[in-house]
Amino acid sequence: MISLLWLIPVLPFASALVLMLFGPRFSPRMTAVVGVGSIGLSALITIFVAVSFVSAPPADSSYTQVLWTWINVAGFEPQIGLYLDALSLVMLLVVTFVAFLIHIYSAEFMIADEGYSRFFAYMNLFVASMITLLLGNNLLLLLLGWESVGLCSYLLIGFWYRDPANGLAARKAFIVTRVGDSAMMLGLFLLFTQLGTLRIQDVMQRAAEHWHSGSTYAVVAALLLLGGAVGKSAQLPLQVWLPDAMAGPTPTSALLHAATMVTAGVYLIARTHVLFSLAPAAQFAVAFVGAATLLLAGFSALTQHDIKRVLAYSTVSQIGYMFLALGVGAWQAAMFHFVTHAFFKALLFLGAGVIINALDDEHSIFRMGGLRKEMPVAFWTFLIAGCSLAGLPFITAGFFSKDLIIWEAWSAEQGHPGFWLAGMIGALLTSLYIFRVIFRVFFGPLSTPVTKRPGYRMTVPLLILAFLSIVGGYLKEPLLRFLDLALPQTIEAHASVLTEIRSETIAGAVFLIGVYFAYVFDLQRRSLVDVLVANPTGRLLHEWWFADWGCDWLYDKAFVRPFIWATQINKSDFVDSFYTGIARLAELSYRGLSSTETGRVRWYAAAMAAGSVLFLALVIFL
Amino acid sequence: MELTFYVAAAVAVLATSLMLTRLNVVHALLDLIVSLLGVAVVFYVLGAPFVAALEAIVYAGAIMVLFLFVVMMLNLGRHSAEEERKWLTPGIWAGPVLLAGILLIDVVYLSRGSTAGLGGGAVGPKEVAIALFGPYLIGVELSSMLLLAGLVGAYHVGFRKPEKPEIQHDTYSLERRADTSGDLVLAGTDQPARTP
Amino acid sequence: MFSLGLISLLVRRNLIFVLMSLEVMLNAAGLAFVVAGSRWHQADGQVVFMFILAMAAAEVAVGLALVLQIYRRFKSLDVDELSEMRG
Repeated sequence: MISLLWLIPVLPFASALVLMLFGPRFSPRMTAVVGVGSIGLSALITIFVAVSFVSAPPADSSYTQVLWTWINVAGFEPQIGLYLDALSLVMLLVVTFVAFLIHIYSAEFMIADEGYSRFFAYMNLFVASMITLLLGNNLLLLLLGWESVGLCSYLLIGFWYRDPANGLAARKAFIVTRVGDSAMMLGLFLLFTQLGTLRIQDVMQRAAEHWHSGSTYAVVAALLLLGGAVGKSAQLPLQVWLPDAMAGPTPTSALLHAATMVTAGVYLIARTHVLFSLAPAAQFAVAFVGAATLLLAGFSALTQHDIKRVLAYSTVSQIGYMFLALGVGAWQAAMFHFVTHAFFKALLFLGAGVIINALDDEHSIFRMGGLRKEMPVAFWTFLIAGCSLAGLPFITAGFFSKDLIIWEAWSAEQGHPGFWLAGMIGALLTSLYIFRVIFRVFFGPLSTPVTKRPGYRMTVPLLILAFLSIVGGYLKEPLLRFLDLALPQTIEAHASVLTEIRSETIAGAVFLIGVYFAYVFDLQRRSLVDVLVANPTGRLLHEWWFADWGCDWLYDKAFVRPFIWATQINKSDFVDSFYTGIARLAELSYRGLSSTETGRVRWYAAAMAAGSVLFLALVIFL
Repeated sequence: MELTFYVAAAVAVLATSLMLTRLNVVHALLDLIVSLLGVAVVFYVLGAPFVAALEAIVYAGAIMVLFLFVVMMLNLGRHSAEEERKWLTPGIWAGPVLLAGILLIDVVYLSRGSTAGLGGGAVGPKEVAIALFGPYLIGVELSSMLLLAGLVGAYHVGFRKPEKPEIQHDTYSLERRADTSGDLVLAGTDQPARTP
Repeated sequence: MFSLGLISLLVRRNLIFVLMSLEVMLNAAGLAFVVAGSRWHQADGQVVFMFILAMAAAEVAVGLALVLQIYRRFKSLDVDELSEMRG
């Protein structure tokens, strides 16, 4: 059964191809069947493969299936090979299952759109690329998947291409991730020239043999890979593209920019963990980036009024938690948080989509209200997801995963109290901003009337994800032990002052503080918010955090303007002048030659005479 | 004998140079006739009496006279003399003189080293006639055909249609020509195309 | 003499002069032939001269007829005027 591994990426690829070629001719029902069915089949096969893997574990707890050799030149032989171990299996399960639910949801959500088949084609292509990324056994194949998901992200963000603002957001996403991708490619070049291979397991082995801990090569390679991860996962300093990526359809935001694509960076670092273990400086950088981002994004989320942008910053912040976990060496905790985050973040986005759709494309939370009674399913699922995100103790999955990370930030070998504090403040912010949204949208007076109600295809995925957001927490022990097959165990060092129980208690208290403040500001006395904003410091902070801590402005001034200036200067491309020179030369010779055709007999006679005399003289005297 | 040769040659060259620089056409023609007669004398001295006579009769007698007829007919007169004066600037001689000079040097260079003098027997008309009717018979026939063609051609080209004004077919004025709409059969004629 | 004829051909603008210089050149060529024939005591030189003569006669006839037509058409005998080509 495990040998069916290759079907998992191939099925979505094939369906994407079919939809691209024949999509416009299919009826909507047929398109939905093909688009959703392929992902469903993939998910089913993944479950079979998982069962097979767990019940009869292969040797060395990893299974490789090589399809063919991709390139073979001078000893450089990357293959199209699939590598399955505990890490990729967990991610595969989550990706296919969540993608399946989101596809069912979008079968109804996008039904009125004229690009229905195009949407499913792109989404299927994305799922296929993501699976390729996860299953690739060498870094080149991973890079292929990496670039393809970037392409699909671009296509899907700019899905409603008639509005130029969407195209702008798509280009911004692509260019910013490109910066990260370039760093990653440099890292791959370094790894190949130093270690002679790109097959991931071989790279890890040879790196451990040749490079000692802290060697420059390891640090540089790890930092370059971190650059790529930062770009794709929208961390500091390349986080600017994710809020704008909300211009795409909601199912896209749910799948790509919450649950799967943005976690590709996390996967990359987890996959190459040996390299990061050899470079403590780089690992510290990972943790630092994670901690800084989670705080920064938390503050920004607090000021947004577009519901999807709040969720976008929340995603950035939560991935910061994952990076923090990776940075302190808590590999399994990061992956556990990935699993739970996929569930509740996808649920949050899908719920937001239901609300936006019901209120006839209204995005601002200040114009929503009182939907608790009107849309009970949406309310309860959103509430469950929000509690999971903020970490409601014991009941929700998010509590277990996030608190594990915060605890490890203190207690792991590379942990630091500063990281623990950042994690706690981040938890407070998370609780604050998500309950701000909940209280604004679902409580209070009804602001915009409800026009459409979701059908069963949209509500059933919500219910399933809500169930998983609660139950997922009980997966903690089995999941962590399973991941030990692929990732090293976290070493606990300073567990003296703070114990895990105490950390969890503080986290629970933080959660309640956040809920309370959100209740006060966003339900009980909403006028307090105006008082805050009227204060000059408050207004300054509000505007600064709203504009993503000025990152957009900074990049515009530092990179975009000089680049545009340089292109303006070289407008009449000096390289072009070589080619226009050739044209000019042809023109000149034409002029010259045509001037000999004067039509005057004496001129022709003179030419003939001169020619023959010269020729004769040559013959006689030479 | 040799003196006659040199004198006649000098006369010929001198007359030709004079011809080059005349302004009046008729004067130039007369110089040319003198030159041709000098060449005829040269031929006689070289021992070719037949061609000497032929040169004098045909070339100087017929062809030049033909020139004179045409010049008289065109009645160029004083107007053309004025034009010639304007055209013959000193600077205009430079290039051609250079070219011809090179040519002259070529010929002199080629002909040096041949030391045969004049004299030897004359080649009389009898031998020429035998050659013409023998090996060169085909040449005779061809030149007769050439003369016939020349005759007919000259007649046709010089023919002047009486009274009726000539239809000037300018190649560049399309409006005067009836449109044949791409009909290759009627293209160039003045008939409009027949509609199919 | 050939050189002189060549010079005159290139310099003069009147069409009649051009034709006259052509005659000079032809005559010079014929002179060369006759001299060669005399040198080797053969009749061939004179025979060729006769052919040249016949050709010159035909050429003059046709040429002058053309001159007549040109004069009627362009009202001038300037060689430089006889150009309908543009550049």
